[in-house]
Amino acid sequence: MATTLYDKIWQAHIVDAKKTSETGEEKLIYIDRHLIHEVTTPQAFAGLHEKGRKVRCPERTFATMDHSISTRSLALDACGPTNKLQLQTLADNCEKHGIELFPVGHQKQGIVHVMGPEIGLIQPGMTVVCGDSHTATHGAFGALAFGIGTSQVEHVLASQTLKQSKAKSMKVQVNGSLPIGITAKDIILAIIGKIGHAGATGHVIEYCGAAISALSMEERMTVCNMSIEAGAKAGLIAPDQTTFDYLEGREYAPKGDHWTQAMAYWASLESDKDASFDTIIQLNAADITPQVTWGTNPGQVIGVNQPVPAPSDFSDPIDKDSANKALKYMDLEPGQKLADLSVNNVFIGSCTNGRIEDMRAAAAIAKQGKVAKGVTAIVVPGSVSVKQQAEAEQLDKIFIEAGFEWRLPGCSMCLGMNDDVLKQGDRCASTSNRNFEGRQGRGARTHLVSPAMAAAAALAGHFADVRDYQ
Amino acid sequence: MTTTGINIHTGSAVPLNQANVDTDQIIPKQFLTAVTRSGYGKHLFHDWRYLDQHEQVPNPDFVLNKAQHQGASVLLTRENFGCGSSREHAPWSLDDYGFKVVIGTSFADIFYDNCINNQLLPVQLASEQMDQLFDAVANDASVQITVNLQQQKVTVGELSFSFYIAEQHKTNLLKGLDAIGQTLELDAKITEFENNLPEWQRA
Repeated sequence: MATTLYDKIWQAHIVDAKKTSETGEEKLIYIDRHLIHEVTTPQAFAGLHEKGRKVRCPERTFATMDHSISTRSLALDACGPTNKLQLQTLADNCEKHGIELFPVGHQKQGIVHVMGPEIGLIQPGMTVVCGDSHTATHGAFGALAFGIGTSQVEHVLASQTLKQSKAKSMKVQVNGSLPIGITAKDIILAIIGKIGHAGATGHVIEYCGAAISALSMEERMTVCNMSIEAGAKAGLIAPDQTTFDYLEGREYAPKGDHWTQAMAYWASLESDKDASFDTIIQLNAADITPQVTWGTNPGQVIGVNQPVPAPSDFSDPIDKDSANKALKYMDLEPGQKLADLSVNNVFIGSCTNGRIEDMRAAAAIAKQGKVAKGVTAIVVPGSVSVKQQAEAEQLDKIFIEAGFEWRLPGCSMCLGMNDDVLKQGDRCASTSNRNFEGRQGRGARTHLVSPAMAAAAALAGHFADVRDYQ
Repeated sequence: MTTTGINIHTGSAVPLNQANVDTDQIIPKQFLTAVTRSGYGKHLFHDWRYLDQHEQVPNPDFVLNKAQHQGASVLLTRENFGCGSSREHAPWSLDDYGFKVVIGTSFADIFYDNCINNQLLPVQLASEQMDQLFDAVANDASVQITVNLQQQKVTVGELSFSFYIAEQHKTNLLKGLDAIGQTLELDAKITEFENNLPEWQRA
């Protein structure tokens, strides 16, 4: 029977498939890689300790500090004593259980979804979990990667397995090639705009088509990262030469004979030509324009030159009500042009857009001008490695010269667990992944955009069409 | 973690008539720096519930603060409840506040699993059925909603709706099983799986 990439990875990880009333349709699946960070693990370790349980595979588990850390100081207490306690708890738990930790200041530290791939921890065909919904990022390597809750983190720590029911499958095919100025961020925002914020709930998405195959690994990670913003369990892209070239020579990637054996297996990881999917979505890359969210969920998104919609544009009463609430919170009028909308904050970074290519794209715009008066613009590289590479290319100088702040790596203003928080009424052009109410600060308004669009907004002081800067 | 089972629950409801309630709304990030599982209830729906950051001034317009909904243990909501972040602090805060059951049109996947793992019962009903529940609560805020997990039924006055729940989730909720303990009984199978991996896949 023809199978999908998801089917193949799923099948290869079943440890126990016995069906009882206690397991139902659930299978016990093996987890190859477990990434952990400070926010969603303390209670999991406490649960283990309470029961006297051990970490089954510390060698499959890797930790970093990212969510609660300062982007101005390497001191663990820079954001207060509770943040410090959480960071210290992670360090203590890693030491106790022999888990490798990349703490603040370490060469390999970074946002968990940036640093993991860049040291080769994520490989095709793997199952990867992390107590973080943006674990979907790692699907860019053809790995089945998904976010889990803290109880499940504890389950994986104790058993290196998870109980899972198989999700439905969705194929999202993006045909053709991207127009100039259109990025991976615009692709994924356009997809979410098309299928909706819950459009892929209960599904694993496989992204394919010429426009996807043409993407670099960094761009593929941006696409897969926001799968969760369409409600998907995970997002996958079949591994190809781009994937193999990225992985070869990375620290944790297989070497020598192991590399040869791995390549033989990885090359088999693709959906069969006649594999069937529960849902198929098609987009034409040529139709995608620079995307900007106008509302309070990522599905509320338009092209930069489209007018802000009116509630009456939506037929579904729930969508109408959501649009009403979103317009009120965002302080927008139907029909308003985004180009007229002033921003006073710009955030460039996050697990969605904190990689080196994102820094380059933003810098290419930043060097064309100065940050507008009254705008605070920060650039937060996704990892120490990204920061160093950017500095080697003197991108930091371009940003600073243009009036951006160049910060230390971390999750930062994507969710504001540190002191990078917006104030009531602030309006931010952000390269992050969520425009929820209060996400970047109580009463603050977030518009999701690509790195180039964010940089353009910083220079203009309002949203601007990045294609005018090419 | 090991918990006690749930079967039949009866209580009044808070009608949160809104779609896409994300976990940032359920419990904002500033409360995620704690290292314990308890004490999140007072921060539940913080941004909507309080007019100030220090939680001193309740927002009188927010449904959770209405006098007629005090003591409720059932939350009514709409589609895609619990979307966004995987934070298990969301069900922890709902549970700590006193909710035992959340009834909505649909739930985000990770949030749903997190509910099951915390003995918080997520009940999924059709949109029209939700309309009727919201109407019932609008007519009488003290109306008692009974959720019978064994029979997979929601009953309010004359109304009675069946709901679907996967067999394994039902069993876990009814019996309050220790999921990790169950899995660790399969240790030999896990070891066998590991031993069968090609060498390059071994950690």
